[in-house]
Amino acid sequence: MTIEASLAEPAKSDAGGPPVIELRHVSKTFGEVRALSGVDFLVNRGEIVGLLGDNGSGKSTLVKVVMGFYQPDAGGEIYFHGEHIDNWSVARARGLGIETVYQERALCEKQPIWRNMFMGRELRTRLGLLDVERMRNECARLMSEHMGFTSAAVHPNNVVATMSGGEKQGVAITRALYFEAELVILDEPTMGLSLSETRKTLDFVGNIKKAGKSAIFIDHNIFNVYPVVDRLYVLDRGKLAGVYLRSEITIDELIDRLYRVARTGTMELQS
Amino acid sequence: MTEEAAGARPVGNKGAPPSLLTRYGSQMGIIGVGFAMWLAFVIAAPRVFTDLDIYRAFAETTPLFGIVALSLTFVVITGEIDLSFPSVMALGTGAFCLVTYYGGAPWWVGLIVGLGTGAACGLLNGLLVASLNIPSLVITIGTQFLFRGLELVLMNGTGVPLLADKYPQMHALLREPAFGVPVQTLWMVGILIVEWVLLNRTQFGAHVFLVGDNQISARLMGVNAGRVKIKAFVLVGVTAVFCGMLSSIYGYYFWPSTGDGSLLNTIASVFLGGTSVFGGTGSVVGTFVASFIIGAINAGIVSAGVNAFYTQLAFGLVIVVSVVLQTIIDRRIRRQSVTGQ
Repeated sequence: MTIEASLAEPAKSDAGGPPVIELRHVSKTFGEVRALSGVDFLVNRGEIVGLLGDNGSGKSTLVKVVMGFYQPDAGGEIYFHGEHIDNWSVARARGLGIETVYQERALCEKQPIWRNMFMGRELRTRLGLLDVERMRNECARLMSEHMGFTSAAVHPNNVVATMSGGEKQGVAITRALYFEAELVILDEPTMGLSLSETRKTLDFVGNIKKAGKSAIFIDHNIFNVYPVVDRLYVLDRGKLAGVYLRSEITIDELIDRLYRVARTGTMELQS
Repeated sequence: MTEEAAGARPVGNKGAPPSLLTRYGSQMGIIGVGFAMWLAFVIAAPRVFTDLDIYRAFAETTPLFGIVALSLTFVVITGEIDLSFPSVMALGTGAFCLVTYYGGAPWWVGLIVGLGTGAACGLLNGLLVASLNIPSLVITIGTQFLFRGLELVLMNGTGVPLLADKYPQMHALLREPAFGVPVQTLWMVGILIVEWVLLNRTQFGAHVFLVGDNQISARLMGVNAGRVKIKAFVLVGVTAVFCGMLSSIYGYYFWPSTGDGSLLNTIASVFLGGTSVFGGTGSVVGTFVASFIIGAINAGIVSAGVNAFYTQLAFGLVIVVSVVLQTIIDRRIRRQSVTGQ
């Protein structure tokens, strides 16, 4: 599916429908370390959810559970459109339409752009062989139409290592949107980007919402997160420390509460 | 880097897609080295190197290690190494002999048992590396002794004659020339074509590159890195036994020491062929050409009247120079990555 097709679907109301993804009482431990502790989390259709918290609060662990990289500990449950899911994995999550733009971008830098664009979900011919020409052509089209590269400037055969940080992020975001992404997870997508590149990334988030798709947006910078989200989750030391509707809290109030949470670890669940 | 993308151009360059020289520069370089070496040999020993017999000898003997080098390329691209294949050559061929010579089973049953033994050895190596995260360099030294020891115990340290009257089909398949061309080379070309398709036109091949380049990124995008590595090790195991059979039938005899001496040639072929010791880039075409260069070094040095001791020196130089060059190229890519230039 092309990006146009992916984004062309009109936004639908989530009224009455089950959440796109729901985590119930999810914990995750690594040896002695409890990275997540009994977290409940959900994203509705057409909703942009922000995830805030200090370093080590469990944000990245939570999204890695959502996208199937980590299995939750026993007792935690995952629901997709209200249906309980077992054997959660990255391949399963991607198959259901959950795509992720990672903090580390998840690119293979010695490989050409086209191979990165279709990493893990390569296009194949009817015989089951890789459709290399189609992947190259699609990649060239996406690069010129969606990543802002003029046709002559970059070739799909260029290795990713030679691109700038913003260009690499463009590859990661375009890749997430190319497939039938119903839920896009953006894990610190603005890290290391210039102001203009950050602006572009935030525009991408806006486009996701316009298309009626959902997103989880994680960023250290509250000024990036606040304007584009509908609802905000705050994590602290692996626990849920607050849930806020953006319409019901100003950015100054939110900063104040984040500061209080970081200082005291007080739970303050709302909405 | 894949064969199509090898030497891809930097982002800032304008214009048309990368040229043939840019895309296939690595392979062209190897072919250039081969051509230069051939010229040197022709000048040093014109009588030998203008006679077809020497080329027939290359064509018969190079595939005895070159075929497994093609498969080893997959393992090296994933960022791993397999040092146990010489013992697998012996163990699988020994299993063939046990079943057919001592057990009286038909040749094709022996062939299946032998290749199956190779697959099982590869599976064990792959599982130990992928599931337990044991460095392949260490574990395959261990399994090298394990497989060799098992073969010596099973065969009681004795060899088995593999004459044409007892194994006519095996000789027809693995020894008799076809259309005047040494069948060993025909097998190697056939396996090259199959493995080129496997590496460059299948999802498995795509994942081989991704896992070797950045295993964490590949896993984050849903690639089962462990399964990819296991498959690559199985491929080496199966083709190692095939090479063991090829060399045993070629010599009319299975020696318990089958495979000894093939380690250096095979690994040198992979690295000389442009496959990076750091993983993520490599080419079976490069390995194919490099195998024939390595195969020619020994015969070429002796024919040129140079002391055979220089063979080891030449092999050593080839490995050291190719790894150093690959390191320099990798560093340049990393530096470009940091500076964005």
